Amino acid sequence: MAKDLVNTLADLKEKEALGIVQERLSAGEDPLRILDDARRGVEIVGKRFSDEEYFIPDLVYSGEILKQITDMVKPKLTKAAEVKRLGKVIVGTVAGDIHDIGKDIVVFMLDVNGFEVFDLGIDVPVQKFVDKIKETGSGVVGLSGFLTLAFQSMKDTVGAIEKAGLRNEVKIMIGGGQIDDQVRSFTGADAYGKDAMDAVKLAKGWIGG
Amino acid sequence: MEKKWQEMTADEKQEAQFQKLLSPKLPDGKDLPFQSPEAEANYKAAITRIKDAIQLKKTPDRVPVTILPSMFPFTHAGMTVQEAMYDYDRCALAFKKFILEFKPDMHIGAAAPGPGKFFEILDYKLYSWPGHGVAPEHSYQCNEGEYMKAEEYDLLLMDPSFFFRNFYLPRVFGALQGFQMLPPLTGILEMYGVAFNFIPYALPPVQATYKALFEAGAEALKWAMVMGGSNGELASLGFPNILGGFTKAPFDTIGDTLRGTKGIIMDMYRQPDKLLQALEAITPIMIGMGLGAAQQTGNPLIFIPLHKGADSFLSDAQFKKFYWPTLKQVMLGLIEGGCIPFPALEGHWGSRLKVIQDIPKGKTVWMVDQTDMVKAKETLGKNACLIGNVSSSMLNLGTPDDVKAYCKKLIDTAGKGGGFIMGNGAFFDEAKPENVKAMSDFTKEYGVYK
Repeated sequence: MAKDLVNTLADLKEKEALGIVQERLSAGEDPLRILDDARRGVEIVGKRFSDEEYFIPDLVYSGEILKQITDMVKPKLTKAAEVKRLGKVIVGTVAGDIHDIGKDIVVFMLDVNGFEVFDLGIDVPVQKFVDKIKETGSGVVGLSGFLTLAFQSMKDTVGAIEKAGLRNEVKIMIGGGQIDDQVRSFTGADAYGKDAMDAVKLAKGWIGG
Repeated sequence: MEKKWQEMTADEKQEAQFQKLLSPKLPDGKDLPFQSPEAEANYKAAITRIKDAIQLKKTPDRVPVTILPSMFPFTHAGMTVQEAMYDYDRCALAFKKFILEFKPDMHIGAAAPGPGKFFEILDYKLYSWPGHGVAPEHSYQCNEGEYMKAEEYDLLLMDPSFFFRNFYLPRVFGALQGFQMLPPLTGILEMYGVAFNFIPYALPPVQATYKALFEAGAEALKWAMVMGGSNGELASLGFPNILGGFTKAPFDTIGDTLRGTKGIIMDMYRQPDKLLQALEAITPIMIGMGLGAAQQTGNPLIFIPLHKGADSFLSDAQFKKFYWPTLKQVMLGLIEGGCIPFPALEGHWGSRLKVIQDIPKGKTVWMVDQTDMVKAKETLGKNACLIGNVSSSMLNLGTPDDVKAYCKKLIDTAGKGGGFIMGNGAFFDEAKPENVKAMSDFTKEYGVYK
């Protein structure tokens, strides 16, 4: 059996990967190292997605494997995992829109790529974004939306951030089914991304890493 | 002597469907009276134009125009979506105003909002709608979930109708809990034992479920009468609705509302054989759904919204293994039955064009959202009529000049030689009316084939 968790996970071999984790836990290995390997495996998944070698199902499946690994490792953690984070990102589906699949994939990819993500969920009122920026000092905000109604909600959200005097403190990215550069310009966002890895690239470009 | 329907070829069936559309009837079988000779001429010219665009045999007189909105006609009339869902007469009136203002060659009727009270009676949980989870001015939206569990494939495979009635429906309709208590219908066989099958119908939860069904049926009929009347009136004014109904790609049937997006993704890796079996099993059901709807409405166009086959949703190998074979079977089955499959390529489908172009020529019409129309024309467009693809963002945020410039490009490329219908790429709730008008008016002027 291959012992290389990073590549086993990157190749989406679910049973093998879980087997390796079990063995390493039984051997008393530091759970944080196991988690870090798993995270690196998923990072490769993200890279393969960017290279169009992998697709959305692969991302979702890797997330599911990672979740199982995390569940296995968690009870063995003696102290809270202190992972060094690249920066903070706030993500949410804008007011009026309750779609979450795209948003969830973005949250997941930002997370495994080293960002501390604050997921505000769906149908998020504009004030909640403003409050969260104030509370966390987050430098990047990602607005998700699938419907045409989201165009206005995104514009309203960007407007509220501006009105709160926070516009210069944050970079704002948007994404979703009908989003293009015309929508970006309408909303006043800084950039739009066509998929989750675009979100990672944008966030890395803005807050380093 | 005329050939019997069963003896006709697919070609002859399609031709017969168009001939039937050219002489529209009232529900009682009499000829539909047009409101003016001009209306009759417009109606027949529109049908002929669309027929030519779809069949790819001759170039139409001009590029036909369609507008495929979701809630735009109602918001444009100053109504909330909630009002359109609950006041059927106002809904139909707003839709008539929309048609008379933008004058498309083809429309799909006022049914998009659906009957709000009907959903309430059944306590529908699969969607949130105005007043039930979304704001009055917003459209209904689907609540993703695993309404079929990973371990339930065998149940679905054994008897899809039993699975739907006893498991799926009670999960998505709060008022249909009583269905869980019903035995399979296939146990009703002979004198001995037959009565046992009927005992559950005496139980209060089952009776409550049936009471809800009767109420829901009455409400659906009330709504359908208004929608039918609206279609008839618009036809008499010269504006045909040739939509016959809808069905789905088997992969989307399982992925959208049964297993959900995440569920079906897991199944592709963890139990691919079961998934493939289920896709095969529901394929004839999806064909029957389209054929049945066409028979009920008398219209041949069967809408198939395509979701989870879009570019990044599946790898090429996954698309060819899980998505395309059964979708193709559904389309072939519909064509065989004299219907015209009307799939909508929602999102981006550029990477699929070479695969999906493998369909019988002149038998389908595809709504194209964000796929490059020039590339679509070069591939899929060789065998099929394309509708599209003025974007939601342009209709919503652009200017009439932007729209005209884009339509010109579309007519010059996708419209070349026929096989093209001008229209929006994705169903839309919001748009600037002047942009919608520009799309229609400009096409009628510039889109004339010389």
